[in-house]
Amino acid sequence: MSGPSDYQPTNPALKWIERRLPIMGLMHSSFVAYPTPRNLNYWWTFGAILSMMLGVQILTGVILAMHYTPNADTAFRSVESIMRDVNYGWLLRNLHASGASMFFVAVYIHMFRGVYYGSYKEPREILWILGVIIYLLMMATGFMGYVLPWGQMSFWGATVITNLFSAVPYFGESIVTLLWGGYSVGNPMLNRFFSLHYLLPFLITGVVVLHVWALHVSGQNNPAGVEPKTEKDTVPFTPYATIKDAFGVSCFMLFFAWFIFYMPNYLGDADNYIPANPGVTPAHIVPEWYYLPFYAILRSIPNKLAGVTAMFAAILVLAFLPWLDTAKTKSSKYRPLAKQFFWIFVVVCVLLGYLGAQPPEGIYVIAGRILTFCYFAYFLILLPLLSRIEKPRPIPNSIADDVLAKTASKTAPMVSAVIMLAVAGALFAGSTQNARAEEQETPPSQKWSFAGPVGKFDRGSLQRGLKVYKEVCSACHALSYVAFRNLADPGGPGYSEGQASAFAAEYKIKDGPNDQGEMFDRPGRPADYFPSPFPNEQAARAANGGALPPDLSLITKARSYERGFPKFVFDFFTQFQEQGPNYVDAMLQGFEEKPPAGVTLPEGSYYNKYFPGHAIKMPKPLSDGQVTFDDGSPGTVAQYARDVTTFLTWTAEPHMEARKKMGLQVFVFLILFTGLLYFTKKKVWADAH
Amino acid sequence: MLWPFISQMNPDASTIAAGAPIEVDLAPIAEGQDIKVFWRGKPIYISHRTKKQIDEAREVPVSSLPDPQSDEARVKEGHDQWLVVIGICTHLGCIPIAHEGTYDGFFCPCHGSQYDSSGRIRQGPAPANLTVPPYQFVSDSKIQIG
Repeated sequence: MSGPSDYQPTNPALKWIERRLPIMGLMHSSFVAYPTPRNLNYWWTFGAILSMMLGVQILTGVILAMHYTPNADTAFRSVESIMRDVNYGWLLRNLHASGASMFFVAVYIHMFRGVYYGSYKEPREILWILGVIIYLLMMATGFMGYVLPWGQMSFWGATVITNLFSAVPYFGESIVTLLWGGYSVGNPMLNRFFSLHYLLPFLITGVVVLHVWALHVSGQNNPAGVEPKTEKDTVPFTPYATIKDAFGVSCFMLFFAWFIFYMPNYLGDADNYIPANPGVTPAHIVPEWYYLPFYAILRSIPNKLAGVTAMFAAILVLAFLPWLDTAKTKSSKYRPLAKQFFWIFVVVCVLLGYLGAQPPEGIYVIAGRILTFCYFAYFLILLPLLSRIEKPRPIPNSIADDVLAKTASKTAPMVSAVIMLAVAGALFAGSTQNARAEEQETPPSQKWSFAGPVGKFDRGSLQRGLKVYKEVCSACHALSYVAFRNLADPGGPGYSEGQASAFAAEYKIKDGPNDQGEMFDRPGRPADYFPSPFPNEQAARAANGGALPPDLSLITKARSYERGFPKFVFDFFTQFQEQGPNYVDAMLQGFEEKPPAGVTLPEGSYYNKYFPGHAIKMPKPLSDGQVTFDDGSPGTVAQYARDVTTFLTWTAEPHMEARKKMGLQVFVFLILFTGLLYFTKKKVWADAH
Repeated sequence: MLWPFISQMNPDASTIAAGAPIEVDLAPIAEGQDIKVFWRGKPIYISHRTKKQIDEAREVPVSSLPDPQSDEARVKEGHDQWLVVIGICTHLGCIPIAHEGTYDGFFCPCHGSQYDSSGRIRQGPAPANLTVPPYQFVSDSKIQIG
């Protein structure tokens, strides 16, 4: 399609370069003069969106790598310091973490579009296979990236996935040892995953170049599925496709920004805010949402080797699609049966994703098996069969004909398709939220001043909460990610720097060694972190009946509960993300003197209505009148719980106010920008229709 | 020429050295209790089994098990009350919880595998019994793992 360019620069300097390296000619023929079918719809803008996402991921990733330390002892803390101390570090990390999910959202839409319109068919087989390779590389990159923060889900996800290779007959164990560089998941593996996570995106970029090259050789497919024949069928890439893509990218940025600024943890797992612990397995290990359908396939097969094989086969089968579906008609628009089965297939994938997040018991296992069968049946039975028995509707003679027919009657099916995809996306995304399956009374939803798009912390409450922490919680619980200087930070409890210094000076901090080689105590300084009540984990356990009082810095992000369907879908729109605060508040007030009849507690445990499993080792920590507030607020348990929860929500995310404030600015800008792009696009395309 | 590039991925010298055998004193473990020690980064359960647990493990017909192995083959002769297993689920490597599940043994919270009081797989997706690490008794109340 893109033959030798007729591009001739007029500037003599550019001419000089062009004669030696015709790079401008290449750019011109690929991205300016390149003919694109004139009937492309918005599903075709996802190629541009994906290129943009790759750029965002590489840029933010390279920057994050400048602040991250790939060491099992310090990785978790370095991620927290990015979130707390690095200028705009919270923004960069949110961009990168949500960006990974957005990358997959876009790639799944891009792939489904390819399947629907038969974009893998002759002459685009290699183009399609390159796409499958990119997808595989993306999955590997995404998985390794998720391991880097070294939280509980990082660690155990890595354990489960690397153990998949132990299913290989004979060499399994040696392969796994080779991957680990040790006898278990640990520091050597974290190091090599970091190295590979940095490398793979550049490999992806390389394959993307091949992918685009192959695309520009065979030309783009289009909704009609007929190849362009005359000039009338195409429009030049610039300005037509460029402006349309820019508008698509801008719309996608709006969706992306919703996650970055308002729902940064919606797609994540609360367990990953608990540092990795090789001795404790989380009750329910779930991979990131984009792997869930394949995880469901893995689990639905009772035999280990067969399960692993099926999981990889589910991805590899995509590469054979051009030869499984031999129908001559490309676009499903003209294939009445294929069209219906395509949508059924989409639903099957979404449901598999949902099941992947459920515990593997009872009905879920059976449903998983049925859907796994449906998944493979679509590729291996249905598509080959359909291409033999289906009678396609007549396809238009040319793209120009298709465009003319369309302007005559605006089609409605697009709307239903959008709605369906939106529902599917929401279901899919939210299914991670459904991870925990325990018959547990859910904590009541409280009204928090920091909830919602313009939420702010109540300064008084933060100050009272600090007092409750200092006088009660700090006897057992550390707050080791918070420094005294943070008390004077904007968006925090609102103390002055002098007040923070004075507060710090009340603490004794161990320092040293001095010139005599001995450790000594000195008054705290603003740069010091809150000292921990116990010198190490063993001492903490010994003093607390074997249980470890968790560090409270991140507690409101590290605790969550199931919201259930369909609540988690609404949560996306209402920006509900206060599970952590609701839980902590309810748990502090959920102690009961006597367990209900029929419940026996282990020795040294107390009954708590909201604690998972109900038997908690912490005795009722708060009682009325325990702490006296200077501002005259009531000294009740409810008030203490509320204040300390507000305080701990701030310690979990000290830059929350900055995040929401910037979110508002970004949204105002993006909405205006998108609107402008829309009208520009309309103007540009006015003469093309 | 390729080998150095692959071999470097295997455990390095310090990792291998840190994986040397360890000795564990069994005296403080009361009957019915168990402890978890780490060897080569892997959790190892050492259970002091009750008479009931031993009987349960031995009454089951071996041929009915998914991974047939007698209880006698999984403990050291003369030390029948001591079960030493690597606490890593043979399915996908989670850590099973001791004293849970319907077989008085171990229960894996990840994918629901259940092991009996001999650490043998009884129910669930795991393909094999919990591995018995190499160990021997250096005295009646002390073992060496590795």
